[in-house]
Amino acid sequence: MSRLISKRSNWSLPYAIFLIFFVALPLVLVAMYAFQDADGRFSLESFGKFFHDPDALKTFAVSLEIAIETTLLCVLIGYPAAWILANKKYNRSAVTIILFIMPMWINALMRTLATAQLFMMLDVPLGKGTLLFGMVYDFLPFMIYPIYNVLSKMDKSYAEAAQDLGASPATVFRKVTLPLSMPGVWSGILMVFMPTVSTFAISEFLTNNKFKLFGTIIQDNINNGMWNYGAVLSLIMLVIIGITTLLSKDKGASAEEGLI
Amino acid sequence: MKKFLAKSYIWILLVVMYAPLVFIAIFSFTESRVLGEWSGFSTRLYGNLLGGRMEGASSLVDAVRNTVVIAVIAATVATLLGTLAAVGIHNMRGRKREALTFLNNIPMINPDIITGVSLFLLFVFLGVAQGYTSVILAHITFCTPYVVLSVLPKLQQMNPNIYEAALDLGATPGQAFRKVLVPVLKPGMISGFILAFTMSLDDFAVTFFTRGTEGLETLSTYIYADARKGGLTPELRPLMTLIFLIVLVLLFVINVRQGRLAKKKDGAAKVL
Repeated sequence: MSRLISKRSNWSLPYAIFLIFFVALPLVLVAMYAFQDADGRFSLESFGKFFHDPDALKTFAVSLEIAIETTLLCVLIGYPAAWILANKKYNRSAVTIILFIMPMWINALMRTLATAQLFMMLDVPLGKGTLLFGMVYDFLPFMIYPIYNVLSKMDKSYAEAAQDLGASPATVFRKVTLPLSMPGVWSGILMVFMPTVSTFAISEFLTNNKFKLFGTIIQDNINNGMWNYGAVLSLIMLVIIGITTLLSKDKGASAEEGLI
Repeated sequence: MKKFLAKSYIWILLVVMYAPLVFIAIFSFTESRVLGEWSGFSTRLYGNLLGGRMEGASSLVDAVRNTVVIAVIAATVATLLGTLAAVGIHNMRGRKREALTFLNNIPMINPDIITGVSLFLLFVFLGVAQGYTSVILAHITFCTPYVVLSVLPKLQQMNPNIYEAALDLGATPGQAFRKVLVPVLKPGMISGFILAFTMSLDDFAVTFFTRGTEGLETLSTYIYADARKGGLTPELRPLMTLIFLIVLVLLFVINVRQGRLAKKKDGAAKVL
């Protein structure tokens, strides 16, 4: 026993066992349930159901579309904000940065509900527009923060060198600042796209149940005891997440970077 | 001119971002059940909330208590488990290390809903009754990776010889852990704990899938159920307002402390 403890690499043993039990095994179970019918026999029935269900396919497409649009809007709105915040000429106070980060620490459900209530009070009809607004509102800080992080740590001498060599401010931005900040942008894309493509609850509140997203049908199926179909849908979402992660890893993004 | 444009952009964004929060905060000072209807200034909702005097009061107070209890337990276990794991990972090489790091990354990359569904299937598969215990286990699952990631950098900065020196001088591994490692790793453990704690407080999806059918409610699931029923319990307005304020104050305190620490280090470096 004491020999087991004295080797420090063994200290992770409890966590390793925990991970196998609570991370690896559950994912194996998702795959297992996906390939079974309700009686526990091997079957591709649930996959067939998904690909022959126009409603499910449409929901899937709508979810991807909304997630991509939200992510793009977050980049377009968030990049200039991060750039201004990281620029000493325009912003010297840490307070504005804290104000931008703060919403990340507050329950998204609460913020969404507050937004939905505000829309209702202003008599804005709930629909796709309010959904996009609410999603951008919820996830914008997750885009601004990683970009701000990369921009404020960037070595300014590259931009200065380009300027000295005669590049216009626009060229400096296009050829130096933007490429150097791309890892931050990719981290932001990862941190916005992943939760938006998998969200549920938020969409219900912001559209008054008019828009169903992929996360909502996973929830519906699991809650109604359709575990096999729910597992298929989860597996499909896992594939999307896997692809996105690999793509953005390739571009130098890391999920951790976006965190405090 | 440029500066003016830049500043206005930032402030317009902030105003839009904070409008719903301010809106909730303003209407926490009126009694009307319907949000957006002003029926005169009153602090009665605050009184109701803090005194626990309202319809279904016990359930909201219970939900808040459950949320905090779950977060404290999950973050504490995650901090212990994660710190030990970080020491282990730091002393591992090759395949084993890669495998463990990979597994550790999965809960952070996985969307909440997948973590929730997969753990739900685990508990169903094992025939474990779902309730408090399953929710806490689930929260430990998604909290621990953040602790590991907060502690690892501290291990990399640490002088690797001091732990061995303690052992050579006759300390048992347990003593060396408590007297040498913990003091060095403490800042990482604290930030890991805070991260884990807030992650747990914030969680909705994982709790939703693993809480079972016994009626266990946390703040998030309570708000969700409440909103689905149609109206928002008026007392949630002061509760949200208080939470916003607490988070804001905490963030400022953390930042001021960090700023001061950084200054101290600068000063020390200059003296040296």
